[in-house]
Amino acid sequence: MTVSEFDWGVIRQSLPYLFLEGMRFTLTLTALAALGGVVLGTGLALLRLAGGPVLSRIATLYVNGMRTLPLVLVIFWFYFLVPYLGQWVTGADRPVKVGAFASTLLTFTLFEAAYFSEIIRAGIGSIPRGQMSAGFALGLTYRQVMGSVILPQVFRVMLPVLLTQTIVLFQDTSLCYVISLTDFMGAASKVAQRDGRLVEMYVFAAVVFFAISFAASQGVKRLQSRIAIIR
Amino acid sequence: MSYNWNWPIFWAQSPEGTGTYLAILLRGLLTTIEVAALAWCIALGAGVVIGLCRVLPGRVNRAIGTAWVELFRNVPLLVQLFLWYFVLPEVVPERFGDWLKSLQDAPFVIAVVGIGLFTSARVAEQLRAGLGALPRGQFAAGTALGLTTLQTYRYVLLPMAFRIILPPLTGELVSIIKNTSVALTIGLLELTARARAMQEFSFQVFEAFTAATIGYVVINLIATLAMQWLERRTRVPGYVT
Repeated sequence: MTVSEFDWGVIRQSLPYLFLEGMRFTLTLTALAALGGVVLGTGLALLRLAGGPVLSRIATLYVNGMRTLPLVLVIFWFYFLVPYLGQWVTGADRPVKVGAFASTLLTFTLFEAAYFSEIIRAGIGSIPRGQMSAGFALGLTYRQVMGSVILPQVFRVMLPVLLTQTIVLFQDTSLCYVISLTDFMGAASKVAQRDGRLVEMYVFAAVVFFAISFAASQGVKRLQSRIAIIR
Repeated sequence: MSYNWNWPIFWAQSPEGTGTYLAILLRGLLTTIEVAALAWCIALGAGVVIGLCRVLPGRVNRAIGTAWVELFRNVPLLVQLFLWYFVLPEVVPERFGDWLKSLQDAPFVIAVVGIGLFTSARVAEQLRAGLGALPRGQFAAGTALGLTTLQTYRYVLLPMAFRIILPPLTGELVSIIKNTSVALTIGLLELTARARAMQEFSFQVFEAFTAATIGYVVINLIATLAMQWLERRTRVPGYVT
């Protein structure tokens, strides 16, 4: 194929579909899964550090287990498991049909939480131990020290790493393709197959992913130098 | 849960007529290991070259190194594999493209090369970080001994940097094993694809995925233990990192 055969028209025509449907799905999924992942990840990190012998072990097993499995397999697991989970939660007598978006969001949140929890744990480890003791000496409870002294610093120190992981998550959402969802990549591949224009659509998808991820990672780099805590 | 468990399914013959489900899953596991091992070789080789490109003096090599890392890091692996598999044969000269399309093991070859190059960018970054973590005096000491820049890297800096980056490299090795599953999208019959096929034929979803899960846990555990053994073997006496 030569440059002159490259069909820009197919890209132009499918732009609304690619972005208003595909990219909107991808970005919403990325944002919500990152948010949920950080919250759940923080919970998991705290359980590992101070959850008592049983809970900390369960949290460790969860985090290490998730990080051993490929996301593709986890997506398949949840794709089939969620209807049964829905049945179990609602007490229905047959597997419940759960929406594709809700089910995918749950998958990515639970999966990414394992990775976010490792970042938060490393962040807590990077705060000098004396701060904990200082908090206790002031009469604060564990909850208060964590919530108002340690964690705010952790989020600040680890913000660049958390954002970098979110960029990875953004790229990972392309794996929705394996269950035929219409994320950005899914939309691109649907057009590609419908019109027999694989070259144009996949090159375009690559360029868009590159532009967004590259710009975001440069932004994170600049942020990193601006918010660094001087010690 | 209204699900009919059927664990003996693994010993049932698969409709493909090439053995039991268990045998087919094991064949998938073998493909996963083969692709991961070959891709790991490419990732290490290319990663070291690119990592060195980024730290050695010279503008051109640094620009190439940076471009390489940014390109391979900022496009999802799935998209990269599609580019290699669907796009490359169309944009290269026709004869080469036809040869690519006629390759019998195209998914295997593309998976090895694609995942290898994808990971090489990450290995390059680890190596750069490892070299950056070394005391500056080591380079100066090499120069003072009369070594050239390349010799200093070959005999002084790289042997130390490799040891420093072993733990993060373990992470990359585990990633490469997991990432082979993405190649199911270009038709590679690795472990996840085999589990999916078993689910489609037998309807025993959870048994199939449980088996795949155990497979990944076991190979990743072995890979991690092997790397930890290597770490102990190569530790520099008296140098605690």
